[in-house]
Amino acid sequence: MDVAPPGRAVSDSPPLLETAGLTKRFGSLTACDAIDLRIASGEIHALLGENGAGKSTLVKMLYGALAPDAGEIRWRGEAVSIASPAAARRLGIGMVFQHFSLFEALTVGENIALALPKKAVTHGLDGTIRTVSRQYGLPLDPHARIADLSVGERQRVEIVRCLLQEPRLIIMDEPTSVLTPQESEVLFETLKRLSQEGVAILYITHRLVEVVEIASRATILRRGRVVGTADPRAESARTLAGMMVGSDIGAVDKPEARMTGAERLRLQGLTLAADRPFGIGLQDVTLGVRSGEIVAIAGVAGNGQQELFDAISGERLAASDDAILIEGRPVGRKGVNERRRLGAAFVPEERLGHGAVASFRLSDNVVLTRHATRDAIARHGLIDKKAATDVEGRVAERFDVRRASPDPRASSLSGGNLQKFVVGREIDRAPTLLVVSQPTWGVDAGAARIIRGALIGLAEAGAAILVISQDLDEIFEVADRIAVMSDGRLSEAFPAGSLSPERIGLLMGGVHHQHDGTSDGEAGHAA
Amino acid sequence: MADFAIVTAIVLTVITAATPLLLAGIGELVAERAGVLNLGLEGMMAVGAVGGFAGAALTGSTTVGIVSAGLAGLLLAVPFAFLVINLAANQVATGLALTLLGLGASAMFGESFIGKPGLKLPALDIPGLTSIPVVGRIVFGQDALVYISFLLVAAISWFLFRTRAGLMLRAVGDSHDSAHNLGIPVYAVRWAAVLFGGCCAGLGGGYLSLAYTPLWTENMTAGRGWIALALVVFASWLPWRLVVGAYLFGAVAILGFHAQGLGVRVSSQFISMLPYLATIAVLVVISRNKLVLRANTPACLGRPFVPAR
Repeated sequence: MDVAPPGRAVSDSPPLLETAGLTKRFGSLTACDAIDLRIASGEIHALLGENGAGKSTLVKMLYGALAPDAGEIRWRGEAVSIASPAAARRLGIGMVFQHFSLFEALTVGENIALALPKKAVTHGLDGTIRTVSRQYGLPLDPHARIADLSVGERQRVEIVRCLLQEPRLIIMDEPTSVLTPQESEVLFETLKRLSQEGVAILYITHRLVEVVEIASRATILRRGRVVGTADPRAESARTLAGMMVGSDIGAVDKPEARMTGAERLRLQGLTLAADRPFGIGLQDVTLGVRSGEIVAIAGVAGNGQQELFDAISGERLAASDDAILIEGRPVGRKGVNERRRLGAAFVPEERLGHGAVASFRLSDNVVLTRHATRDAIARHGLIDKKAATDVEGRVAERFDVRRASPDPRASSLSGGNLQKFVVGREIDRAPTLLVVSQPTWGVDAGAARIIRGALIGLAEAGAAILVISQDLDEIFEVADRIAVMSDGRLSEAFPAGSLSPERIGLLMGGVHHQHDGTSDGEAGHAA
Repeated sequence: MADFAIVTAIVLTVITAATPLLLAGIGELVAERAGVLNLGLEGMMAVGAVGGFAGAALTGSTTVGIVSAGLAGLLLAVPFAFLVINLAANQVATGLALTLLGLGASAMFGESFIGKPGLKLPALDIPGLTSIPVVGRIVFGQDALVYISFLLVAAISWFLFRTRAGLMLRAVGDSHDSAHNLGIPVYAVRWAAVLFGGCCAGLGGGYLSLAYTPLWTENMTAGRGWIALALVVFASWLPWRLVVGAYLFGAVAILGFHAQGLGVRVSSQFISMLPYLATIAVLVVISRNKLVLRANTPACLGRPFVPAR
């Protein structure tokens, strides 16, 4: 990059990036209202706010993907107009997206090549990708097709792609939301190193603990306005959360022991072949979930959790009917509708395209999971529009889904709000069995509390709940029993109180037997 | 020797039947790889046919004929590109309208050429090589457009999978939103792809009036645009498979004529149905392998791009 004139004191130089009165409106909704933001070179700047606080809109303007309605952006003290993402990249602004911006049909290498300047793309690119991705602890195969990668792996591609552009400012939109704790640690090391090299990082997250751990400054947004800046090192996660939500929040109260009843879900020796080359199959998975309890499945992304969800929800059929029992009835070869009619509900990990249709209104999305159940919404082949709209309104109110108008299209909601809607839609059905994958992915602290509280409430009302999550804090917050998935195998489900995070870490690594409580990462060899 | 002569004759007619399909198909393949479905292929071929005929007849040069055929197709692609790219109009409806417009326009401009003798593209003649039995005529005795069709396939295959610009084009077809986020000019890429598709369709039409039957008759494209469209899916958007498809379909079309010539009793209506039946059969077969289909299908095919600004 360009060289600063020698002898110029750092304190005299203008901030790397500064905004003054930056404003963006969507119809009657002011997503960003006169935002002032200052980012200095080499600082890790956290941008905090709830879903719909305007964080994504703000960074899209900084990255040239949205045009501001008013206000100014200054880069190294000079007013600039960032007309396109390409212009942002020319300035030295790189971005890791929350909603991935990858090309599914293309390979990892091709995806990365597209984002790099022409001269950087040589035959050595594959090697560079391998080296850089390993160096940052995010190993990647340049020849893998994106469509075959898990969400966590896709995010690695995004991050590595951004790093290879050697930007001066990296914008990261919830980079750790799909990473394991270990992967997150590696990423933090990377970020700290980058910041020492003088790269500024604008870091958007809901995970307040992370902010306290790595950020040197924080700007807090609420409903489109800056409500404060703070030095996170002088704050605790709880005080930051208070600033973000505007009121003190508490953790979900979990009763010590819940009454459990009949077994509502049973997996018996469930085995499933991998459905793609280098995919993960399920091997002899056995698990029971009883009425009134929450069982969580932990594990590193891509170890068979997606396959397990697909098998339980009926997206992929098991080899035999007896491999999966819902309410004691064999359903291994039955479709999702029959499973829903038995009282089951499913929330997939991908909210857009899988959990909801982007171009449909929310009320139409309500119909999607109820068209074949005995709900009053679709009877005799006709849709009761009013009933569907009522559900939409009820879910939006109970789960605080923030939307610009009643019953908008799913694509108009921010990621966290859509997640609240998709989870709420299923909970609203009052299922007796709920299987949910990554229930609070990309959701802010306040909304996560609502969702987790609703899960616990549902369990107390007698439902059996299976949560697949990569967020250990979440798992410990809600789960009665925890099982760990590793390489397509599922460990036995242990009572949550008997497991430490370290023990789970070992199980994630496929170490199922612990000796004398003294084993370490090499325990597998000690046996 | 008589058998050789029949084989040679059959192969030669297959080539003439396949070439217009291949030319139109390769252009459509590029447009679809960029995410634009142009159902106006039939119309662009029709104006290409009349454009090629007129260019050659008025100047006496078949080279001018080839150029004017390509230009005619390209010209008709301009309003289509503007409508579906800049105005984000529905691609299916606009494409169908383009077919009707092209057929109508070609009939109007071609009226004065009906019954006039046309110019035929000269075939290559290399002394020594072209006279080799069987192979000579087939490999070294074709006209320029046949060679151009193969060069185009090779060039497009190289372009799509070996160049950065080709990668950008595939990226636009796979996810225009992501492409936009990365700063790829989605509109410009799609314009280029659609214009290239129009030009190729024009050449395919021009082949009909300059080589296949050097005459102008109304509706001389006779549904070949639709077959070329099906071919692109048949080829699962891979250029070299398009060659296989075009020659297979060309052979099916020709088979009937020769069968009749050999005294096999089949109704001519059934024969003219064959390419379409083959299309349906092939679509059924390839649709069974979803993995292959998904890997190459442009995910944004047919979806208009409206940037969020």
